[in-house]
Amino acid sequence: MKHTINELEDIASQVRRDIVRMVHGCQSGHPGGSLGCADFMTALYFDVMNYSTDFKMDGIGEDLFFLSNGHISPVFYSVLARAGYFEVSELATFRKLNSRLQGHPTTHEHLPGIRIASGSLGQGMSVAIGAAQAKKLNKDKSIIYSLHGDGELQEGQNWEAIMYAPFNKVDNLISTIDYNGQQIDGPTEKVLSLESLQAKFEAFGWHVITSNGNDMDDIVKALHYAKSLTGKGKPILNLMSTIMGNGVDFMMGSHKWHGVAPNDEQLATALAQLNTTLKDY
Amino acid sequence: MKKYTYTEKKDTRSGFGAGLLEAGKKNPEVVALCADLVGSLKMDAFIKEFPERFFQIGIAEANMIGIAAGLTIGGKIPFTGTFANFSTGRVYDQIRQSVAYSNKNVKICASHAGLTLGEDGATHQILEDIGLMKMLPGMTVINTCDYNQTKAATIAIAEFEGPVYLRFGRPVIPVFTDPDQKFEIGKAWMVNEGTDVTIVATGHMVWKAIEAGEKLAEMGIDAEIINIHTIKPLDEEAILKSIKKTGCVVTAEEHNKFGGLGESVARLLSTELPSPQEFVAVNDSFGESGTPDQLMTKYGLDTINIIEAVQKVMKRANK
Repeated sequence: MKHTINELEDIASQVRRDIVRMVHGCQSGHPGGSLGCADFMTALYFDVMNYSTDFKMDGIGEDLFFLSNGHISPVFYSVLARAGYFEVSELATFRKLNSRLQGHPTTHEHLPGIRIASGSLGQGMSVAIGAAQAKKLNKDKSIIYSLHGDGELQEGQNWEAIMYAPFNKVDNLISTIDYNGQQIDGPTEKVLSLESLQAKFEAFGWHVITSNGNDMDDIVKALHYAKSLTGKGKPILNLMSTIMGNGVDFMMGSHKWHGVAPNDEQLATALAQLNTTLKDY
Repeated sequence: MKKYTYTEKKDTRSGFGAGLLEAGKKNPEVVALCADLVGSLKMDAFIKEFPERFFQIGIAEANMIGIAAGLTIGGKIPFTGTFANFSTGRVYDQIRQSVAYSNKNVKICASHAGLTLGEDGATHQILEDIGLMKMLPGMTVINTCDYNQTKAATIAIAEFEGPVYLRFGRPVIPVFTDPDQKFEIGKAWMVNEGTDVTIVATGHMVWKAIEAGEKLAEMGIDAEIINIHTIKPLDEEAILKSIKKTGCVVTAEEHNKFGGLGESVARLLSTELPSPQEFVAVNDSFGESGTPDQLMTKYGLDTINIIEAVQKVMKRANK
């Protein structure tokens, strides 16, 4: 353990502050899913993954992370900055003209920490599989992590990838589903039900584990357990329950904050619920 | 007219297969992916030589493009193989986001392009792929004209850093280019120097342009023939230099007249050197079932169509 659970929770609190401030700062972006994944992303970058902030695209010898649901870029940018990939002050440029922090993550502006563009949904698992297979060819034992929205699984390309990975024994891949049950037009159960994701992934040949993505202790344990399952012939799927908007009471559990920015008053209310643990940018 | 002869006919896709094997031998980072069309893409020799560097994706082209993009991150040079239709239109957004916008070193290799795929019909005969691919920022677009050029191009793109669309075809056609040629991306090949008219041809239309040039010579017309194998980036200098001399141009391609090589030439001329131009291309239509030769005749992509376009454009240029 690089940090205690308390320390990780403190970092996640700061990441949540960054998220709401970034989205408020440009009056656009996606706070709901970002807040829900703040604990997972903090656990990944401050405890689980081995990487260097001296960024190299090929990431030889490093664990790599791919964000497929690119709209939750605020949490990705905050965690990358807080981990030391770039100055936290740059978070203030999010979604503004000439920024490296584009609305959705991209390699185009050469922001350290980003290895693929994402935003058009459903493509990240294929990319993660390719990166995982390159690691195998390179005899590189490090691990590939990826994150996907649950609604995103409605995109068909995912199922091509989900079929491919177990058949080809891509067992250096840990994919996590942000299972918050929400998408833009409403609850996934109403828009297009996912039914049993666990049964679906298991039927395709994945090793499925479940976790609570908003309980730091649980998500850290789950990710370390997932790591212990790598190299055993199966890709690993972390079905991670989260609450959209987690940490800001009026944003929690509703798809309404998927892609809406808080006004000044709402920002103040949100920040009052989130401790400043590192300095605000 | 410079004399071109051939001793054998081969398909350009076999040139790809031979080039892929060669590229694989030259560079251990070269890997290949295929979506259930290994035989059609002539990838067998590569797979036999480098089984661990080949990825059978199944009938899942979107996944193939994504996996290829991911492989580049670990330093691999992936060559994806499927038909042109499934290499482009079917996976446009995957190419756009995961390859072009992400600037990944993926080589999208597309066989069975155009009408000459033949009997399978319009579902498989894409005539829009050059347009789709050339519109993507940073994408290099190549359409080769015979076995030797395709082989050389395949080797060349492995040595080039950046996303590439390589387009070739199914029918056996004359092998007339130098087997030891060095393929230079973005550099036009001067097939025949002439003074009366410029013919700019790509892909399967290059041999037809040579046949047209021979007939035109008999008619007393001295045609300059340029092979543009790299549609993007376009060798603007070579095209402008030629048309400054001849004053008029015919473009010839196995593609829709919208979005193809002809439009690239027209865009160049409109700003740099407004000149009469005629298009030998498919007239905004889908194809249909038939033999390659029947289809090329029906859709106006024959030697005679080039000759008629030359006569028309020279008349417009008052020549």
